[in-house]
Amino acid sequence: MKRRDFLKSVSGLAAGAALPAMPQVISSAYADARSETLLIVSEGGPNNLDIHGIGTNVPGYEVSWNCYDRLISHEMKTGPGGVPYYDRDKFKGELAEDFKIDDMSVTFKLRKNAKFHDGTPVTAKDVKWSLDRAVSVGGFPTFQMSAGSLTKPEQFVVIDDHTVRVDFLKKDRLTIPDLAVIVPCIVNSELVKKNASEKDPWGLEFTKQQTAGSGAYKVTKWTAGTEVIMERNDDWVCGPLPKIKRVIWRMVPQAGNRRALLERGDADISYELPNKDFQEMKANGKLNVVSLPFSNGIQYIGMNVTKPPFDNPKVRQAVAYALPYQKIMDAVMFGLANPMFGAAKDKATEVAWPQPHKYNTDMEKAKALLTEAGYANGFETTISFDLNFAGVNEPLCVLVQESLAQIGIKTTINKVPGANWRTELNKKEMPLFTNVFSGWLDYPEYFFYWCYHGNNSVFNTMSYKSAEMDRLIDGARTAAASGDTATYDADVKGFVDLAYSDIPRIPLYQPFVNVAMQKNISGYQYWFHRRLDYRALAKG
Amino acid sequence: MLTMIGKRLMFAIPSLIGVVIVTFLLTRALPGDPAAYFAGPAATKEAVEQIRKKLGLDKPLIEQFFRYTNDLAHGDFGSSLTTGQPVAAEIRNRLPASAELTLLGLVVSVVIAIPLGVLAATRPGSWVDHLCRITTTAGVSLPVFFTGLVLVYVFYFRLGWSPAPLGRLDVFYSAPPTVTGFYLIDTLLARDLEAFRSALSQLILPATTLAIFSLAPIARMTRASMLAVLSSEFVRTARASGLSPATVIVTYAFRNAMLPVITTLSMVFSFLLGANVLVEKVFAWPGIGSYAVEALISSDFAPVQGFVLTMAVMYVLLNLVIDILYGVIDPRVRLEG
Repeated sequence: MKRRDFLKSVSGLAAGAALPAMPQVISSAYADARSETLLIVSEGGPNNLDIHGIGTNVPGYEVSWNCYDRLISHEMKTGPGGVPYYDRDKFKGELAEDFKIDDMSVTFKLRKNAKFHDGTPVTAKDVKWSLDRAVSVGGFPTFQMSAGSLTKPEQFVVIDDHTVRVDFLKKDRLTIPDLAVIVPCIVNSELVKKNASEKDPWGLEFTKQQTAGSGAYKVTKWTAGTEVIMERNDDWVCGPLPKIKRVIWRMVPQAGNRRALLERGDADISYELPNKDFQEMKANGKLNVVSLPFSNGIQYIGMNVTKPPFDNPKVRQAVAYALPYQKIMDAVMFGLANPMFGAAKDKATEVAWPQPHKYNTDMEKAKALLTEAGYANGFETTISFDLNFAGVNEPLCVLVQESLAQIGIKTTINKVPGANWRTELNKKEMPLFTNVFSGWLDYPEYFFYWCYHGNNSVFNTMSYKSAEMDRLIDGARTAAASGDTATYDADVKGFVDLAYSDIPRIPLYQPFVNVAMQKNISGYQYWFHRRLDYRALAKG
Repeated sequence: MLTMIGKRLMFAIPSLIGVVIVTFLLTRALPGDPAAYFAGPAATKEAVEQIRKKLGLDKPLIEQFFRYTNDLAHGDFGSSLTTGQPVAAEIRNRLPASAELTLLGLVVSVVIAIPLGVLAATRPGSWVDHLCRITTTAGVSLPVFFTGLVLVYVFYFRLGWSPAPLGRLDVFYSAPPTVTGFYLIDTLLARDLEAFRSALSQLILPATTLAIFSLAPIARMTRASMLAVLSSEFVRTARASGLSPATVIVTYAFRNAMLPVITTLSMVFSFLLGANVLVEKVFAWPGIGSYAVEALISSDFAPVQGFVLTMAVMYVLLNLVIDILYGVIDPRVRLEG
């Protein structure tokens, strides 16, 4: 190309570039599309549309929840602040029009008019195949099923085309709730089997890319890392027809831009913003910001009890008295959390979880306890956190570091990349760390079973082992299954008290789920999985 | 010329093999354990092992390597775990997005930087020279994500002139049928002017951000190289022969000053293509840089290897193009040399 021609063409381009900077003319078709479409912006998107897939991430759960049906689901109740909140104890049929719980089994009658997205009717063999799949594929889905004592395909029995029975292995209060979580979703078995292969008998490769369910929405386009487009399934019969016709879910990695999109009115809903942004948006009142506590979730400081100095309960108590609880609430969470500290001295332990402990920031006491434990001059250690949640974890650890330094505990901060965090947790070698745990099933014994029991699951990050603790947790589980309330209450109070006197992990606060939406969006519901349920949302 | 191109491509093969080996080893040396990561938060040890087996990560390293090279030879880059898609398809979809943005950014930058550099060189010490110095210093010292955020704040949030920073197209337009992968070209081919306008208006802010950043090296290099040429003897001769200043500068001096500028351009281009991650993040641009970084964060081997390999090939090709351009601009550079 000659230089002159080049210059000419370049100036032409520059002139062209100036044109479209003018405000856009909005065509009427465009405006119509907007009013029936929900635009969601979030940081991350799904990596797999099927929760049974290998390593499906949390955004993938949201797709599964809205595009697949389960046999049963939870009723709604009014939660904190008048927001609809799932009712832990009340169930309603979803694909099942009726269900009957017997002593050692539960029988579901399926809706006769329910159809998958491709038009095939939902039958008992689809239910059986899907539940078999959930307990057989391995990884997270199988693990979640086992939490409700659902482990063997033989437990799922087809009675006739529209009746299925689930047999209990043993009495377990969590079996029914576990059938209402995201995992036991019902998949179009004929369609998936057609696309399965010998290497992949459950057709995971097929359902990774497309939804094969009967749910209220179906994925029509998915560009990984960019957007998911879902259309309403107009033939959905498991509930009232949703109001939103189309959901466009865009990934916008920059939190500042997500906020700008909301404030300009371009996006309808967003979550995963920094606490400071939520607090400011709440204050200026242009948007609706819903903040609800994580059910059964706690951010805590954990200590590895197998190694000195944290094998000494006195040291752990000293740390519990030295943490800057209120500062963390104010400067890190901006008030968007429930404090889990500083309960009144005479307050009786409740049969509930989470509940605050009685430690408070008290440097004198901390220093005294540390001296008593033989560490009058303090010691050196490292505090680790997961970089994936650096927005909260980093300032939190800096505050903790500063505070512990006052009683002579010198800490170095160890930032662990997200990909590495689970590996590190599994090794159980980090002496001091912060983390969040929250359980889908909202029962104290469920939380304690994973976090404090001596069988040492990955969430017992402290490697805590105590025969007394195990006895109380197992006791509560058995009592819950047989409906023995008195023993159950005593055991729950017992393990909470023990967890707080031995204090291997120090609860800091119960975090909030924050969702910001335009004023014209209504129908937000809080679910145990903390993702959006599009079926209840409405616009305008 | 063809033999020269062939020869150059031959020389590239060993370096590509090296790249394959090094990226394979480097990704394996990353501290994260993909099996633990993808087994999910609630995984037991057995679950992690099951995943490891499914991913083939339980095999010895050498076997994994042979499997990988064998797949590569069949054009299979493997599958990404974070996005769940085949890497080759992802790169094919994402590379044009990055390339379109980078090219446009570079064009804007060249249009501003080269005249600025030339003017600054012809009038050293004047206000133009100072302007050049200030813009380039500012451009290079402002981090791209900052410039990007400021532009979004001013032109989208405050003034509302620019569309929402939501990627390549407004959410309510559908992408044109893929021909080149460049939306500006594809929308025109599809005769969809509304989509073209949407694509272009989405591009303006990110392209400007990149342009501001890449202005500095190009303008400084133009200025320096022009200064050197302007003080040389043939320019003096041209001036002495009574040629108009415009002819001297544009026809004689500028052409001779182009070589180092072209080299800088190629460096800036390849740098921008891989390194505009931050711009892509700010503007939710579905490009290749953000893809690679996300993969790296979750120790997702396949996309990282695919990305590095693609970049290596691009570098080789780019260098080849630059060498050919040298010959066009300066006949003294003999291609056959």
